[in-house]
Amino acid sequence: MAYRTHLMICTGTACVSCGSFDIKKELEQEIRKHGLEKEILVVTTGCQGFCAQGPVMVVQPDEIFYQKLTSEDIPELVEEHFLKGRPVKRLMFTPPGEETPVPNINEIGFFQKQRLIALRNKGLIDPEKIDDYIGRDGYKAIAKVLSTMTSEDVIKEIKTSGLRGRGGGGFPTGLKWEICSKSKDNPKYIICNADEGDPGAYMDRSIIESDPHSVIEGMLIGAKAIGAHQGYVYIRSEYPLAISRLEIAIRQASEYGLLGNDILGQGFDFNIEIKQGAGAFVCGEETSLIHSIEGVSPEPRQRPPFPAQSGLWGKPTNINNVETWANVPRIIIRGAEWFASIGTEKSKGTKVFSLVGKINNTGLVEVPMGITLKEIIYDIGGGIPGGKAFKGVQIGGPSGGVVPSSSLDLPVDYERLVEVGSMMGSGGMVVTDEDTCMVDIARYFLEFTNDESCGKCTSCRDGSAAMLEILTRISDGNGKEGDIELLEELGRAIKDASQCGLGQTLPNPVLSTIAHFRDEYEAHIKEKKCPAHVCKPLISYRIESEKCTGCKLCSRKCPANAITGEVKEPHVIDQSQCIKCGICYDVCKFNAVLVETGKS
Amino acid sequence: MGKLNIEDLEKISQKVKKANLLRSGSARAKITVHMGTCGISAGARNIMNVLLKEMEGKESKEIILTTSGCAGFCSREPMATVELKGKPPVKYVDLTEEKIEKIFNKHVLNGEIVTEYALSIGSEREP
Ligand SMILES: Cc1cc2nc3c(=O)[nH]c(=O)nc-3n(C[C@H](O)[C@H](O)[C@H](O)COP(=O)(O)O)c2cc1C
Repeated sequence: MAYRTHLMICTGTACVSCGSFDIKKELEQEIRKHGLEKEILVVTTGCQGFCAQGPVMVVQPDEIFYQKLTSEDIPELVEEHFLKGRPVKRLMFTPPGEETPVPNINEIGFFQKQRLIALRNKGLIDPEKIDDYIGRDGYKAIAKVLSTMTSEDVIKEIKTSGLRGRGGGGFPTGLKWEICSKSKDNPKYIICNADEGDPGAYMDRSIIESDPHSVIEGMLIGAKAIGAHQGYVYIRSEYPLAISRLEIAIRQASEYGLLGNDILGQGFDFNIEIKQGAGAFVCGEETSLIHSIEGVSPEPRQRPPFPAQSGLWGKPTNINNVETWANVPRIIIRGAEWFASIGTEKSKGTKVFSLVGKINNTGLVEVPMGITLKEIIYDIGGGIPGGKAFKGVQIGGPSGGVVPSSSLDLPVDYERLVEVGSMMGSGGMVVTDEDTCMVDIARYFLEFTNDESCGKCTSCRDGSAAMLEILTRISDGNGKEGDIELLEELGRAIKDASQCGLGQTLPNPVLSTIAHFRDEYEAHIKEKKCPAHVCKPLISYRIESEKCTGCKLCSRKCPANAITGEVKEPHVIDQSQCIKCGICYDVCKFNAVLVETGKS
Repeated sequence: MGKLNIEDLEKISQKVKKANLLRSGSARAKITVHMGTCGISAGARNIMNVLLKEMEGKESKEIILTTSGCAGFCSREPMATVELKGKPPVKYVDLTEEKIEKIFNKHVLNGEIVTEYALSIGSEREP
């Protein structure tokens, strides 16, 4: 008997950690209890993107979106919606600041403005079932390539599409393939870069978790184009769910003869092996990554020669990012012109961004290139929580830079981001508001890169340490006249003198925050003031005695026992005991706790 | 199944497409059975069962079956709405197993509205 309803429950990493497998079990149990097991199918999908609302589930064909589900909700949900046909309003999504829930997934702002290519199958297939992928035209592109196209045709198609690398650099993919295909040496190798080291970025993990076959098929097409028969997926071992889904996918594809020898009976051979990395940021850099696969110390090396000429074991190697690969099958099926019609002059197609920080709708979004920041942050992201003012967005992780609020109308593409001192990077977006300190943000990223520098180049290793020391000094209130200029000079020198992208880009977060928020740095240095009230050494908490009712709430909550006072008498904070955690400020019902900053 | 050739791939694709049609948001025909408490007590479950049975083996007809709550016309339950792509929805009332079978075969499969069982054609709201 055919099912009348499919329940698409998200089992991406975020929803799994919120209990989506328990919910699945409970759903199946309740469905059986009502005798509906032949009518209603529970389908586990990969990440559906709206991670902040997890666990999420979409009911098809009704297109109803449920969120923040718990096992306790399930008996009611099954009885009301699936037995009686009455969708349960309280489990639907209500946009921030509004009162009525939006039942239909296609009418929720977060999903509405997205355009899916790389994530085209998210939420629509079970990533552990190859047939589900095939039912969405999966492996049709490789069938077309093997039966009707030459290597040159494929390369031409990808070149015409305008696809550029999604791993950060934005290098034209078709051109990269062409260079590798023209290399005379043999054998050739294909690598998928799934190292994903940017803090806060998880688009590659999500693509693999929700649609692993799209990456495999992309690699097959690339292999055919350049003439490779062996491929590797380099993935960090911290991604167990993605690795397991990829293993299942490779096994299923091999069983169907979509990997191995004589693929689809077309005389082409290709195999894929998974290589697990230990999660060092520098291992995402292509030459380090190749060293890591070879089993030698994962340090970068000078380029040229580029991997396309001399890569893995000295052989021509084509390396692309997960998201880049996932785009490829769709370009072959829909055509280069279709892909090139989306986006801006030089940036075609879409980009997946992880939207995190001070934003209402945290999650993963895929948007057409050229969409404005405003659309991403307000229409999709639902704006800033608590009615706070938007300050800027840090794009591109530790290699990127901050785009200030004055650039909200900026169309997001490779070129425009570089123009404002940021970069696409792998697509991490950290949204900041008035309560974010820009010196602190810069310091956070520099701490990361300083930690992750492989140490080969002095400029990167010692330069990042020197910059971090200055930044720490500034946020501790010990900044000196001339520190800003010193940071700028060091930054430029590190960029010039480092061998790989890690060193060449690590000063960006500092340089861009100085460029756009110099006054904030100056306030820290000259007035010993942190305008956002973040840098602890520069702030103090005080209780305003006129407002304090002596309710004792703050003194009870203070973890340092720094607040004293009699009941119904104004309380005081002992500054020598205070650890500046801000709990008193948060709990006070009378706004009697003040934060002060600056020379007192 | 062993190693596939291009034809096998296409066959799987067609088969899965039909089975998963209801995820795609587009079907040739959509049947909604109203399953409020009133509908259920008037026999909506039976109507649903008949439809599920009728649909068996007819995957190629691109039909999706869904439920909704009470349609607000409890005295005429069981009710169902049939919506063919590009056509206004048709509401059927006072259904029995025989009636829904006829509606399925005539209207859903062949596009002929069974006017004698129809309550209204088109939506009560302005579109
Ligand atoms: C320090 C550093 C880290 C990198 N990390 C990644 C990464 O995690 N994933 C990735 O795809 N590319 C990363 N890259 C970029 C790769 O070197 C390479 O350009 C990319 O994998 C090429 O694929 P694409 O053309 O499809 O973007 C990193 C580069 C640098 C310098």
